[in-house]
Amino acid sequence: MPETPLLGRRSILRGAAVATTGLVIGLYVPERGRAAGRSEPLAPNAFLRISPENEVTVVAKHVEWGQGIHTTLAMMIAEELDADWGQVRVVPAPADPDLYANLIFEAQVTAGSNSVRNSWEQYRRAGATGRAMLVAAAAQRWNVPAAEITVDQGVVRHSRTGRKATFGELAGAAATQPVPTDVPLKDIGRFRLIGTQGVHRLDTPSKLDGSARFAIDVTQPGMLTALVARSPRFGGRVASVDRAAALRVPGVRHVVQIPTGIAVVADTFWAAKKGRDALDVRWDDTGAETRSTTDLVTEYRALLDRRGDIARKDGDAERALAGAAHTITADFEYPYLAHAPLEPVAVAVRRTRDGVEVWTGEGSVQGAQEGAAELLGLTREQVTVHSVYAGGSFGRKDGTTLEAVEILRAIGGSAPVKLVWTREDDLRHSFYRPMYVHRMTVGLDRRGDITAWHHRIVGQSIFPWEPVNGVDWVSVDGAGNIPYDIPNILVDLHTTQTGVPINTLRGTAGAHTVYSVETMLDDVAARTGRDPLALRRQLMSRDPNTKQIEILSIAEADRPTVFAEFPRQRRTLELAARRAGWGSRLGRGRGRGLAVHYGFLTSVAMVAEVTAHRETFRVDRVVCAVDCGIAVNPDIVRSQIEGSVAWGLSIMLDGAITLDRGVVQQSGFHDYRVLRMDQMPKVEVHIMPSSAPPKGVGQVAVATVAPAVANALFAATGRRVRRLPFSAG
Amino acid sequence: MTLRLTVNDQRRRVETDPETPLLWVIREQLGLTGTKFGCGAGVCGACTVQLDGKPVQSCSVPVGDVGRQPVTTIEGVDGPVAEAVRRAWLELDAAECGYCQPGMIVAAIALLRRKPHCTDKDIDDALRGNICRCGIYDRIRAAVHLAARKLER
Repeated sequence: MPETPLLGRRSILRGAAVATTGLVIGLYVPERGRAAGRSEPLAPNAFLRISPENEVTVVAKHVEWGQGIHTTLAMMIAEELDADWGQVRVVPAPADPDLYANLIFEAQVTAGSNSVRNSWEQYRRAGATGRAMLVAAAAQRWNVPAAEITVDQGVVRHSRTGRKATFGELAGAAATQPVPTDVPLKDIGRFRLIGTQGVHRLDTPSKLDGSARFAIDVTQPGMLTALVARSPRFGGRVASVDRAAALRVPGVRHVVQIPTGIAVVADTFWAAKKGRDALDVRWDDTGAETRSTTDLVTEYRALLDRRGDIARKDGDAERALAGAAHTITADFEYPYLAHAPLEPVAVAVRRTRDGVEVWTGEGSVQGAQEGAAELLGLTREQVTVHSVYAGGSFGRKDGTTLEAVEILRAIGGSAPVKLVWTREDDLRHSFYRPMYVHRMTVGLDRRGDITAWHHRIVGQSIFPWEPVNGVDWVSVDGAGNIPYDIPNILVDLHTTQTGVPINTLRGTAGAHTVYSVETMLDDVAARTGRDPLALRRQLMSRDPNTKQIEILSIAEADRPTVFAEFPRQRRTLELAARRAGWGSRLGRGRGRGLAVHYGFLTSVAMVAEVTAHRETFRVDRVVCAVDCGIAVNPDIVRSQIEGSVAWGLSIMLDGAITLDRGVVQQSGFHDYRVLRMDQMPKVEVHIMPSSAPPKGVGQVAVATVAPAVANALFAATGRRVRRLPFSAG
Repeated sequence: MTLRLTVNDQRRRVETDPETPLLWVIREQLGLTGTKFGCGAGVCGACTVQLDGKPVQSCSVPVGDVGRQPVTTIEGVDGPVAEAVRRAWLELDAAECGYCQPGMIVAAIALLRRKPHCTDKDIDDALRGNICRCGIYDRIRAAVHLAARKLER
């Protein structure tokens, strides 16, 4: 199974800033199951329990933040177990990296759109193991050959003798069977749950009646609420603080300094907020970031004229450009972006008799555990992490647990504490998708064929630890691996330094790189009088893996993962075009545009339709084709793509975090606008049939939204936008 | 000061500063955590409750202003419309992270009570105040239509 290059292990644990020894976990089912007595549940491995009450409990090693992973993991076990979907429930795994590591990252982490991919064999095998033990128990009890026993929808049967039993009836006996080590898995043709319609999410019911519990909902007897006053400028420090006025606010219990600022700890949220409002803090901006967005843009733009570190080189693009019959050049600007999950960051923590207990929605359960242990001088085992539902994350909740632990420590563990960020806190003191500027220069010969392609990118590096040729591939992903057969390609990168904290954000790299690539290709089509679909098909006529590439600045092991499996990507494009009715007439003021992308091992193609008015436009329809390998739950895949369309439109239309002398100017959903119901187009998702193992779907489709819409707007109006968001003008 | 509230058909007494937003009284003092905090400025809809049957943003209503108006939270919505909405949402799995859903559902119920035969435009107008960051608006729209059809039967 190939590794995604998009997140390294160190970066995964970065939030907790802990060095850990390397865990070596292969693709196997850890056997911490127990042989047990007859009234005991069957627990053949760390992922599955079957109770005498006939309940199948799946232990989910990945955090549920809306992507449907709890349901998807449960389906993989239920499939091989031949369970009845109605008897299946899910519980989140405790922190235990030996058992619950993400097999790609080798750490207990949910990130990088690889949750299904890394669990695909492991979870199915967990189910198959359970099934084999139930069958063995039945064979023994009925004194019949195991091979004659069938299992279907939670019932174990021997048809010749007419005997049958539920899982619950067999659980105790099955628990006494030896745990088999190498059970076969089903051929995909025999799947009854995986890939079928109508398997409903297990988390939906509790999310409709208010009973689903998020970190912000955690309550404990005597629990206090903490808000933190943080430096208005990144890198600023507390110079002095007058706590008196805050402490006079009724309900305020503590005002304490922690590394990130001053925490006001009170009986209620409102008291903590009033206390924080009353707080008088002076900040020392020595060493803080004090530049404005306009300053950064000027500095970045100056770098566009200089050669950067080479991310990709095929042929000699500079020479080919010098000899081109025509060239097209364009610059692009992409702002900082905030994740703004609807549940702001919240983390609850309390001291227990011999350790601490933490409730968090962050993706690195291991980082939270190790970080808390290190901070408090505890062993890992003394830190219990409850991985609760996250009310969205999109990258935002990474590494957020420790601030709450700092507060608990600062108040001497005297009461349970819940840290809550307000929306203003969330937008002003976050880490952000970096700001970038790009320059693209394309050379054409006399016939209009592309002879040279030069893409220069300027921006901060999210994963700076292991650059190749000076390049963090995440800065160029989607640009360095374009699928197009162009003879001379140069992609280079200037990695900048600022004091603005940064992180991944749903659809990280593609959300800027693919915009430049796909809108530029559209310009080439317009300039040369070609159809955008025909141009792309022509440029996709050769497998990019067969191309002679002189430099590709990515770790050798990751190289095979960055180009689409040929010709999957072209077929995806053709499917989207066909379903969208590409080439058919649209009415006046309407336009259609397309874009393609390959990321997280998934191919995606999108066609957008817009209606332009004098000053505004509306996105009417988005048609998406996706090749993500086997879609374990097709409806969850569709839902993720629908959501990606909204996410991509938010980024495109209004998403911008800007700085005024180092201070973030946005403070709420009034000035950091996100997509709303009345802006949402109709979305159609077409999943390519596949028998390949599942790939990533949570983020990949974000990349194609803005370029497809921008190209549609161009088709409708001739207007080309190269500075995002569109509302920036 | 002591305030008397009617929440989900129950009389409750709370000891609080009357300026405290209704949201935090509901969540922290009454223990009804289904109603969510999203922005604190009345612009995201996560905290939507019904006040005398009308959807309001509880983060922006001082509890002292509630008076005798009955408050209905996600935990307390019931009746045929609420039932139809829940069944439609379940059928279409119209939730991802689910954090916006209590507010979304409370607002959708209020819409369908007011306008049982709603158009896309009615839905957009009624729910545009409710942000879903997971972005499954198209599915939520379809779920409202499905709930309306269930109520017709």
